[in-house]
Amino acid sequence: MDSRRSSRAVIDPKVRQVGFFTSAPLPPDRTQSDPPDPIRSPPLADASSPGNSLSPVMIPPPRHPSDSLLRLPHSPSDAFPPPSPTTTTTSLGDFSDDVTAASSPPPAAARVRGRGSSVKQQGAASSFPGGGFEVPPSVKAPSSVPASGLTTVSVVKLPPGISENAGGSVSVEVQSDRALNSKPLKEKTSKAERRAIQEAQRAAKAAAKAEGIKTPAVTALANAKSAKSTKPSPQRNDSAVVVAASEKKGGDRSVEKDRKKDVPHPRMQYDDKSRVQKLKKRSVVKPTEARNRVELFRHLPQYEHGTQLPVLQSKFFQLDTLHPAVYKVGLQYLSGDICGGNARCIAMLQAFQEAIRDYSTPPAKTLSRDLTAKISSYVSFLIDCRPLSVSMGNAIRFLKSQIAKIPISLSESEAKATLHSDIERFINEKIILADRVIVKHAVTKIRDGDVLLTYGSSSAVEMILQHAHELGKQFRVVIVDSRPKHEGKLLLRRLVRKGLSCTYTHINAISYIMHEVTRVFLGASSVLSNGTVYSRVGTACVAMVAYGFHIPVLVCCEAYKFHERVQLDSICSNELGDPDSISKVPGREDINHLDGWDKSENLQLLNLIYDATPSDYVSLIITDYGMIPPTSVPVIVREYGRGQLWI
Amino acid sequence: MWHRSASFILDKNQNDTVYPADSVTLTPPPPSSISTPQNPNPNLNRNMSMSAYYQTRAAHHGVVTSDWLAQSQEAATRAVATGGQEIVDGGKSGRAFSVIDEFNNWRKQPDLAEAVAAIRALAAVIRNSEAKTMMELEIELKKASDSLKSWDTTSISLTAGCDLFMRYVTRTSALEYEDFNSARSRLIERAEKFGEISYKARKIIAMLSQDFIFDGCTILVHGFSRVVMEVLKMAAQNKKLFRVLCTEGRPDRSGLRLANELAKLDVPVKLLIDSAVAYTMDEVDMVFVGADGVVESGGIINMMGTYQIALVAHSMNKPVYVAAESYKFARLYPLDQKDMGPALRPIDFGVPIPSKVEVETSARDYTPPQYLTLLFTDLGVLTPSVVSDELIQLYL
Repeated sequence: MDSRRSSRAVIDPKVRQVGFFTSAPLPPDRTQSDPPDPIRSPPLADASSPGNSLSPVMIPPPRHPSDSLLRLPHSPSDAFPPPSPTTTTTSLGDFSDDVTAASSPPPAAARVRGRGSSVKQQGAASSFPGGGFEVPPSVKAPSSVPASGLTTVSVVKLPPGISENAGGSVSVEVQSDRALNSKPLKEKTSKAERRAIQEAQRAAKAAAKAEGIKTPAVTALANAKSAKSTKPSPQRNDSAVVVAASEKKGGDRSVEKDRKKDVPHPRMQYDDKSRVQKLKKRSVVKPTEARNRVELFRHLPQYEHGTQLPVLQSKFFQLDTLHPAVYKVGLQYLSGDICGGNARCIAMLQAFQEAIRDYSTPPAKTLSRDLTAKISSYVSFLIDCRPLSVSMGNAIRFLKSQIAKIPISLSESEAKATLHSDIERFINEKIILADRVIVKHAVTKIRDGDVLLTYGSSSAVEMILQHAHELGKQFRVVIVDSRPKHEGKLLLRRLVRKGLSCTYTHINAISYIMHEVTRVFLGASSVLSNGTVYSRVGTACVAMVAYGFHIPVLVCCEAYKFHERVQLDSICSNELGDPDSISKVPGREDINHLDGWDKSENLQLLNLIYDATPSDYVSLIITDYGMIPPTSVPVIVREYGRGQLWI
Repeated sequence: MWHRSASFILDKNQNDTVYPADSVTLTPPPPSSISTPQNPNPNLNRNMSMSAYYQTRAAHHGVVTSDWLAQSQEAATRAVATGGQEIVDGGKSGRAFSVIDEFNNWRKQPDLAEAVAAIRALAAVIRNSEAKTMMELEIELKKASDSLKSWDTTSISLTAGCDLFMRYVTRTSALEYEDFNSARSRLIERAEKFGEISYKARKIIAMLSQDFIFDGCTILVHGFSRVVMEVLKMAAQNKKLFRVLCTEGRPDRSGLRLANELAKLDVPVKLLIDSAVAYTMDEVDMVFVGADGVVESGGIINMMGTYQIALVAHSMNKPVYVAAESYKFARLYPLDQKDMGPALRPIDFGVPIPSKVEVETSARDYTPPQYLTLLFTDLGVLTPSVVSDELIQLYL
């Protein structure tokens, strides 16, 4: 064993200097250190030989910054003997940024969760004055370096004094342990190995979680067993991430509590297995994942369509924590009855309005905190139904900041009234009035004799066309549509009824029809701060063809849909639709070549919902602040993003 | 929020029918109607009117056309009657004060840009106002600026100058003063300051652009622009060695005048006909143009021919520099050439044109921002995309 290890110690640093670790060499180690019963692993590891006890589970390797970092966050939470349920309720995610500390935990515990990175940073700050947190494991194993003799690797070799400090700061117990281990440490542990052990532990943990929570009683037992010292904290820290720890504790809590803290990050990577699992456990909808997913888009959530609805319906009476209005809106999202950025946003805000109206603060809680948590749980439900759009994200951020702003002295009814009017004002100013201003601006760009092309169905563009028609301008409209949604048909119907002369075609004919077009009007789901227009899939194609024909492309978008994010392609953030809808042709039962496609291993269908149009192809963005070039989007975001936009 | 944007020239034409009703009381003669009978242009074989924009341009640039002669004679007689500074007092005497007259008086100074004249005239409005409250004053000011704008709807810098003045003057803490008189004096102070800034803009631009003119370079200039002239003059004074290629600037031959002025400064000049731009672009190091207006996309509206010069320069990778004062920044967003209010001018072809033949009489074109390299303004040297940022900050 020793010989093997030492030989690997020579090789390892060479192989794994950078970032990620391949799992190839891990299995032997795993079998060694992975105990059969994952829950009982700590005591086992404790009892085993010093060589094995190097695992970070038991004894924190003293000169291992990451371990002490990981441990630190744990210790306070465990140091509080009664880990009361309320301490875990914190909403993770993007929208909680500006609304800090959603729940009312004791300050130390609040530091524990919240957000992983900040916690780590605090830990680092407290233990190492020099910082250096989150150093990749490959470079932070000084113990293996002397053995291997590869000095090039030991970039972040910590001076012993510091590591001593780190160990000492945690507990006295650790130091004595370390004294035991210090000799073998030098020779035997390669960092890869320790890493492997860590991985194993993590896997074990995940397994434990998946296996159904063995209730904290068991864990407590394990803890008690392992607690040979006065302080249980060093033993318990088993390499898991902070989130995992809180997860474990969250197991016995009510579903509602659980959901509150886990509003998934809007841009969560769904190819991260453990997170997805976590998410699944908490989500209400319980979707079944689609098969044969396209490799490049694995990070996006994709579920079998049509399976969620019945599940959700059957659960109606169990979801008593959910307000019926929110529930209704969620169902409408799910079934596709409400689509379009503005419509979805307004529906959501109105549902929240109702929810707030029926809300009453539970005893011993403050409105601003409890309501924020409540809203977060609603939002996570809505995300389960369909991923949020940028417009909704901005609206939620607005609402949360409004809630946070409510002075504590305000009575509940007053606070509710304020919020109600705030939401009302947001809808009026940011959506309805904004649209009116956009229409006013855009109409000036329509001249007699124009041929206007639009793609899909945008509410703003529809208003513009109707208003221009009411003004008596003589123009023609070309509506370009695409499978599978055929949203243009509805727009066509409404415009024709108003008496506009229209042409309807599919996107396949775009290069033909573009010859006669003089202006292209497009809607947008969002405009990002590099001027990229994020819109219905196919928009980029239309814009590019128009650019090729030197036809100006006008994008109509309310300023509340602007986002400070930058996106260069449509891959990193997108939404996947139902693949079945592109395999089937409605009305043509005989076209069934793709029937049963999901049984074929080598066929993957991709139905994207959005795409990103680079700003080069956009001549002009019409927003409620006037007509601006796409290069000026960051100015609007900067000037009005915080101050005026969310008033 | 910006509701009355200058971008709606087309809309404004409709509004103009509304304005005279209330502006007639303020301004005795609707000026555009008096100026048209003055210039019965013999060269015009069609009854096309010359835009007011072009008249002032011709007057400023001293381009000798027949209508200008008539106009200048008329102006000369009037200029003798009223001196430069007298108008300030003259306005107070009775109800005779009119923005347009004031504006016209300022306008006669050959070196004063139209917009600066307008700014000065508006400042005089505040000074002469008999308003008792801030609101009243603001309304009066608004009326005056509207009538100024409607005096010449085709001039971008006039419109932009008036708008900017209104923004600069009225958006101030002065409006919060309780005492009306102190507020008013503060407004006047601000107005004067703005006029001063605008007046000095040319010098600032000239100074900024000196770094870009290097010894031995060849500069292509289109048309006559006072800012460009100032830039070149300062470069010559700084003992820079450079050569200038002047386009002819048909039909008003404004390039000839520039060549003339430059020759006086001992700068080597070469005249080109307008169609020789591509032919000579090889030896050109940079293109220098002025602007009638800088629009929100960062593009410019300038004398006809600028666009094609910019296109040629772009395709040959030569930098195109624009010198423009910040009061020319307008809330306009043309999407293509036809997307602006046309400024018409007569064109003398030397021979009679058959009545069946159409003549393109538009006086200016729009150069999109992607063909411009830098803009020299009194706000600094800007890339085209910054123009919009500045405009947003100015107006919103």
